Amino acid sequence: MTGIPFLSLAIWVPIVGGLLALASGSDRNASVARFVALFFALAGLAVSIPLYTGFDVTTSSMQFVEAYPWIPRFNINYVLGVDGISVLFVLLNSFITVIVVVAGWEVIQEKVAQYMAAFLIMSGLINGIFSALDGVLFYVFFEASLIPLFIIIGVWGGANRVYAAIKFFLYTLAGSLLMLIALLYLFMESGGSFNILDWHQLKLGMDVQSLIFLAFLVSFAVKVPMFPVHTWLPDAHVEAPTGGSIVLAAIALKLGAYGFLRFALPIAPDASHAFAPLIITLSLIAVIYIGFVALVQTDMKKLVAYSSISHMGFVTLGFFIFNPLGIEGAIVQMISHGFVSAAMFASIGVLYDRMHSRQISDYGGVVNVMPKFAALFMLFAMANSGLPATSGFVGEFMVALGAVKFNFWIGFGAATTLILGAAYTLWMYKRVVFGAVANHHVAELTDINNREFVFLAILAVCVLAMGIYPFPVTEVMHASVNELLKHVAVSKL
Amino acid sequence: MNFVIPDFYPAAAELFVVAMSFVILLAGTFTKQPRNVVYALSQTTLIGAAAITLFTMDGQVSFTFSNMYVDDLMGDFLKLVVYFAVAIALLYSRSYMNDRKIETTEYYVLAIFATLGMMVMITANHFLTIYLGLELLSLALYAMVALLRDSARATEAAMKYFVLGALASGLLLYGISMLYGAAGTLEISGVAQAIYQQAGNKTVLLFGLVFVVAGLAFKLGVVPFHMWIPDVYQGAPTSITLFIASAPKLAAFAMAMRLLVNGLFEFAEQWQSMLMVLAVLSIVLGNLAAIAQSNLKRMLGYSGISHMGFMLLGLVSGVVGGDRHFALNAYSSAMFYVVSYVLMSLASFGVLLLLSRAGFEAEALDDFKGLNKRNSWFAGVMAMVMFSMAGIPFFVGFFAKFSVLQAVVAAGYIWVAILAVVMSLIGAFYYLRVVKIMFFDEPLDATPISAPADMRALLSLNGIAIAVLGLAPQALMSLCAYSLLGSL
Repeated sequence: MTGIPFLSLAIWVPIVGGLLALASGSDRNASVARFVALFFALAGLAVSIPLYTGFDVTTSSMQFVEAYPWIPRFNINYVLGVDGISVLFVLLNSFITVIVVVAGWEVIQEKVAQYMAAFLIMSGLINGIFSALDGVLFYVFFEASLIPLFIIIGVWGGANRVYAAIKFFLYTLAGSLLMLIALLYLFMESGGSFNILDWHQLKLGMDVQSLIFLAFLVSFAVKVPMFPVHTWLPDAHVEAPTGGSIVLAAIALKLGAYGFLRFALPIAPDASHAFAPLIITLSLIAVIYIGFVALVQTDMKKLVAYSSISHMGFVTLGFFIFNPLGIEGAIVQMISHGFVSAAMFASIGVLYDRMHSRQISDYGGVVNVMPKFAALFMLFAMANSGLPATSGFVGEFMVALGAVKFNFWIGFGAATTLILGAAYTLWMYKRVVFGAVANHHVAELTDINNREFVFLAILAVCVLAMGIYPFPVTEVMHASVNELLKHVAVSKL
Repeated sequence: MNFVIPDFYPAAAELFVVAMSFVILLAGTFTKQPRNVVYALSQTTLIGAAAITLFTMDGQVSFTFSNMYVDDLMGDFLKLVVYFAVAIALLYSRSYMNDRKIETTEYYVLAIFATLGMMVMITANHFLTIYLGLELLSLALYAMVALLRDSARATEAAMKYFVLGALASGLLLYGISMLYGAAGTLEISGVAQAIYQQAGNKTVLLFGLVFVVAGLAFKLGVVPFHMWIPDVYQGAPTSITLFIASAPKLAAFAMAMRLLVNGLFEFAEQWQSMLMVLAVLSIVLGNLAAIAQSNLKRMLGYSGISHMGFMLLGLVSGVVGGDRHFALNAYSSAMFYVVSYVLMSLASFGVLLLLSRAGFEAEALDDFKGLNKRNSWFAGVMAMVMFSMAGIPFFVGFFAKFSVLQAVVAAGYIWVAILAVVMSLIGAFYYLRVVKIMFFDEPLDATPISAPADMRALLSLNGIAIAVLGLAPQALMSLCAYSLLGSL
């Protein structure tokens, strides 16, 4: 292991890049901001790659650890480290940032510097969330990441953007403020430590565990989002610009789920077991009911947004059946959803940039004018519905298998997602892409240009690679998931 | 009669400010162009006072003027912040005052007198000294609010402020007289000793305490003694609002420390339960009422009420069931909160002053529409201030809230902490609305922003300080804790 602080670099390189892009100024020389942003996005990806190549898969302990005192007055430390779970998300995030910068290249013409800066700064903050091992550091990154996304939705969003931006901000803030109280309580209980790993060892009574679990539940459930606190997501997705939707679906939704793994399960295992039936019920409602809701959407982005909620229901279900298949499947599902939802929103963005409409009924017969696009979009739609050999299948299959082991009927309910997912995605695909050319607007569409082809193709490669050979992903997380399960199995009363 | 010459050394800064206030008065009368001379002299006074305070600071607690006066680290630290805040306030308001042809000499002289009043409050060791400082500050502030004498709103605000302020002073004085009746002395440590030895009638002492708390609550502007805040904030010229909303909060905090902690610490349980009610009411009412405001000055007034309530939460967490070892943590959190608040308050009113110009008062929320398109840098500064006030990291406001909440949770008031965060969420809404107006709306008025370079630079620094202190709050936090060590 080298002494280069890769995690700090993964956090601060994009943030510094964002500030530089911001400083590069006005729209007159927008291309400067674009190239600065691309350079730092690539640099951020470059410093994240050694995290994977240098990762030791045999141990479950934290790697690439950096620890410095930050606010000694409250014993708050700048402690970073990744295990087999979080390293994957750091990589995913750095990768998606590059995609987002490329996806917004020509599309954004107004306040380009601010747009690029917001995404880069958010990327750094999110890497901070995934690698923070100090409760306050985590919280600070978690909250601060709201600001860029708020600005992104509010400035570059659609017609109803202000409502969506404020709803998004207040919903997520509402959740996280209760978490702050829980963190402060844990600080007191642990005798003055904010270190998350210390908290994993802390013995807590059942009452305390329940309250702490509920505080975390509210916070992370909003972020995931779980039924019934999911209503901010369709609004935010629909109004956000393409890049915002991509980051929201691919990365931001994973924060809540990651929070469950890092905080709720290991800190309050007894409460987790006690509340598991509730979570499983809510997850199944998300999978089945939200699946039906997705079926009747007339707006493409809204449809994918509901599909995201449904897929995330699968993730929370996987966590709370407490077996390795369930948790690993859920993590695979999260990574896969990161690629697939990013690709879906990017594809819809490609259509939207040309037609300025998200309504399914405005389209029809796109394949006739955009064959290259139709082929790629087909692959993503298949992945979204969980077709074998795409990444979408692997996670869903693992979770469904784990669920059947746990209880046949829960597994049965979960497996309906394969039918529902196929129904809403493919039906939407059929109406948009196939058939005769619907109107003269569609007839005037031009096929994707090289820039669009490149980022869609890269996403397509990722989707296929993970579907055919998921081993590089599961191998990394194996030890950490087992360690987590060991934690959860032992009572802390 | 034995006359002893008192030791002037600990009070050197105050004496310097007194002397300079005479010089400023004379300069204002006898120079042709008083504006610049008086301004320069005022800033010199503040810098000089800061130098003297720094030079005479020795970490010892020393008394003078027959124990009416104390010089300790807490006092020195708070006084330094006061000079700093007043200097910034004078700089921000300079072009505003010039544009409006307000009697500038009077403004600067009153500001210096108000500063002196605050210094006396901060370093008082006697109930009467506190009262004198308070009156000096208040009278100067009443006059400052009325400086714009042709404005009906300003004179009305001044009248309201004066009548209510006089009533509060009366309450405070009445409380002090009861304490004197029961304890037989007005020296702060003497009163503490009398209560400790259980000399004096406890009922009378507690009665006195109630009135003292009421007078204090008026100065802090917490519910239900907050009525003057919205009207005075809105009615006064913005530069005066900036003044009232910054440094005097520090003096009020110092007054709370001297009266309640140094003087009446034996009654901590009693005043904590009173302040708890005031704090909770302020947080609830301040945040709820701020939502309904369309005038930014009024909104910031209500937000200030809730911030002072939050700061009081720190003061009420000091003693738990007779156990005093939480005190340092809790009081230094409150102190950190008030210093951070002053910094944010200065910046928020500074941006208001920046947008105002001759013949135009920027104070409605709509005046901020599309600021990002007019000037992205200052829109960014204002956004930072708003996020900081809402308690979003990485800004200093987050750590202010964090440290107070930490003290509240440590004292075991979990439900109060939950109420406080729920109310912060409501607060976040109206701060976000300002950000929304600046960034998401189209500008109504495309006039470019013109302000002197020194003001732009300082306002930028003020914004950056809010971010930097949010990234590295340790130094200020430990400074607060360290300066309190000797005074507990």
